[in-house]
Amino acid sequence: MKILTKNFGNEQAKEIATYEKLGGYQALRKAVRLKPAQIIDEVKAGSLRGRGGAGFPAGVKWGFLPKDAETIYLVVNADEGEPGTFKDRWLMYWDPHRLIEGCCIAAYACRSHNVYIYIRGELFKEAAILEKAVDEAYRRGMLGNSMVGSGWAMDMAVHRGAGAYICGEETSLLNSIEGLRGYPRLKPPFPAIKGVFGKPTIVNNVETLMSVPAIIELGGDAYAKLGVEGEGGQRCIAISGHVKNPGVYEIPCGKSLKAIIDDDAGGMRSPDKPIKGVIPGGSSMPVLLAHEIDVPYSVDGLGKSEKIGEVEISPGKKFIWAGGTLRSSPGSGAIVVMEEGTDMVAVCARLMRFYAHESCGQCTPCREGSGWLAKICTRLAEGQGRPGDLQRLERAAAQIGGNTICALGDAVTWPMLGFLTKFRDEFEARLAESTYVDEGTP
Amino acid sequence: MMALSFSKESEERITKLLPKYPDKMAACLPVLWIAQDEFGWVSDDAMRLVAERLDLSLAHVYGVATFYTMYNKKRVGHYHVQVCTNVACMLNDAYDVMGSFERELGIKRGQTTEDGLFTLCEVECLAACGGAVCVQVNKDYHEKVRAEDVGAFVKKLRAAVTPDSAKAAGTIEAKG
Ligand SMILES: Cc1cc2nc3c(=O)[nH]c(=O)nc-3n(C[C@H](O)[C@H](O)[C@H](O)COP(=O)(O)O)c2cc1C
Ligand code: SF4
Ligand code: FES
Repeated sequence: MKILTKNFGNEQAKEIATYEKLGGYQALRKAVRLKPAQIIDEVKAGSLRGRGGAGFPAGVKWGFLPKDAETIYLVVNADEGEPGTFKDRWLMYWDPHRLIEGCCIAAYACRSHNVYIYIRGELFKEAAILEKAVDEAYRRGMLGNSMVGSGWAMDMAVHRGAGAYICGEETSLLNSIEGLRGYPRLKPPFPAIKGVFGKPTIVNNVETLMSVPAIIELGGDAYAKLGVEGEGGQRCIAISGHVKNPGVYEIPCGKSLKAIIDDDAGGMRSPDKPIKGVIPGGSSMPVLLAHEIDVPYSVDGLGKSEKIGEVEISPGKKFIWAGGTLRSSPGSGAIVVMEEGTDMVAVCARLMRFYAHESCGQCTPCREGSGWLAKICTRLAEGQGRPGDLQRLERAAAQIGGNTICALGDAVTWPMLGFLTKFRDEFEARLAESTYVDEGTP
Repeated sequence: MMALSFSKESEERITKLLPKYPDKMAACLPVLWIAQDEFGWVSDDAMRLVAERLDLSLAHVYGVATFYTMYNKKRVGHYHVQVCTNVACMLNDAYDVMGSFERELGIKRGQTTEDGLFTLCEVECLAACGGAVCVQVNKDYHEKVRAEDVGAFVKKLRAAVTPDSAKAAGTIEAKG
């Protein structure tokens, strides 16, 4: 069954008339006859988890809102910037009204009358599509004083970012809407208590909200059954790298990662070059080896499966996160597949340069640590590694995650230790081949 | 230099925008966009104009404009060529594509050609990894760019420049 990608390939579906003809806005009409709390119950029953990266259950998050709040905001995170991720761009391009419909239902469930869609600045085309769709929805009475005649007022506006990966982090995003620099805020208070303009705010990813109409149509229980225990429904994955058919595919939550690569993406592009490694959930998530991918594509599947080796700080010393060990995660649904022959040290170095560039600089461990990792990985990749560099990587990486204001710190530590754990021999070989000559300068 | 002012169209866009927010400060990013659309880049004078229009301090607007990479604090070429070299594009030989652009244009990344036509930059993931290598030129994405296509690609861009488009983009000083 296609839910999220139902209208992919149909240029007409961007227009409200066609979207409605294809069954669109029926879920909203049904939703406004329910009480907000009933909608939240359905979303909980559907066990919809956030698709932005952290996988937090959406209905549970909505339940954190204070009951007596007068003004509540719903903010859509359309900042999609995690390397490897491109599903939200496709979703907004093909089906802008499904996003608007999902926002309307979610906002109503959260007792909100105000929605901001925060879209990354580079997406000029998609922002224009969304703005047109929002205008259409106002003209047709989906938005405005009385959403689909329900008497519920609903306003929606598109707010464009201007180039800053960190603004995908939800509190940074809220500052960016307020007209400030995108520095992440200390939590608590969480946005549900004190968010944009000081008011309770729910931030959800594009795809999370686009999944809501189907939950109302099918009912929470039926939706949940499409996926696996604890992770209901279907999701979009964006697959790229060395596969035959890169693209966005809709899968049931919990489908085997191996099957996604082999069946949906058509396997590897060169038959003589098998898989060497897979980044399973956007660049922040620890890389997997070829023999670790026959696991369910879900938070539990990638997080707990024994088939996946745990991330280590150094050989034999497990990395501990939130009281447990770390494997990997489906994160933002971005799968990057790398073939035999890929230079893993160079890939890791490129990712570390990315994080060093995008660190907002507020926290010393993140600012300094990401810079060090980028520098050391790059010199290793360029054959200029120095004695002790692997230990420098271990030490620096282990000190960032968990010691910072926002999760970008973890997003540096996890992939660094992931690459070092899974491709240690390659890092060691690169160091052994180094042509660096110590001239006595530190 | 003469103080800048917004055109009638820009003023209309600003007026339409303000009611979307509970306060004027929230319009800082969108009004900076409007300034960049009108003037081609965000000069100190443009920042001053935005600050005055929204009753913000110049320091605030400056802080915002410099935080976000897409506000051009320097004049950019008529074509702002931005090559993604992040992981998925790198795996599809983005550094070769970048090298081809550098050779074809005779400049290094970060530079602008002498005729003011091209600025070449390396950028982070553009959320188009399935279409690697992705190259953004001004507002448009070009996907599946290969190193060997770059020559023809640049030729096409050059051929599409008219004196009017160059002037409209505000990137080439009107001569005479
Ligand atoms: C550095 C960083 C970047 C992020 N980028 C995004 C993003 O581009 N899109 C997104 O939806 N979530 C992103 N997130 C996650 C958000 O902070 C937040 O968890 C998410 O938008 C919540 O929505 P969800 O529960 O529907 O997933 C990012 C988090 C961090 C730490
Ligand atoms: S962890 Fe990094 S990106 Fe996040 S607030 Fe600290 S310095 Fe900024
Ligand atoms: S890595 Fe180039 S577009 Fe994502």
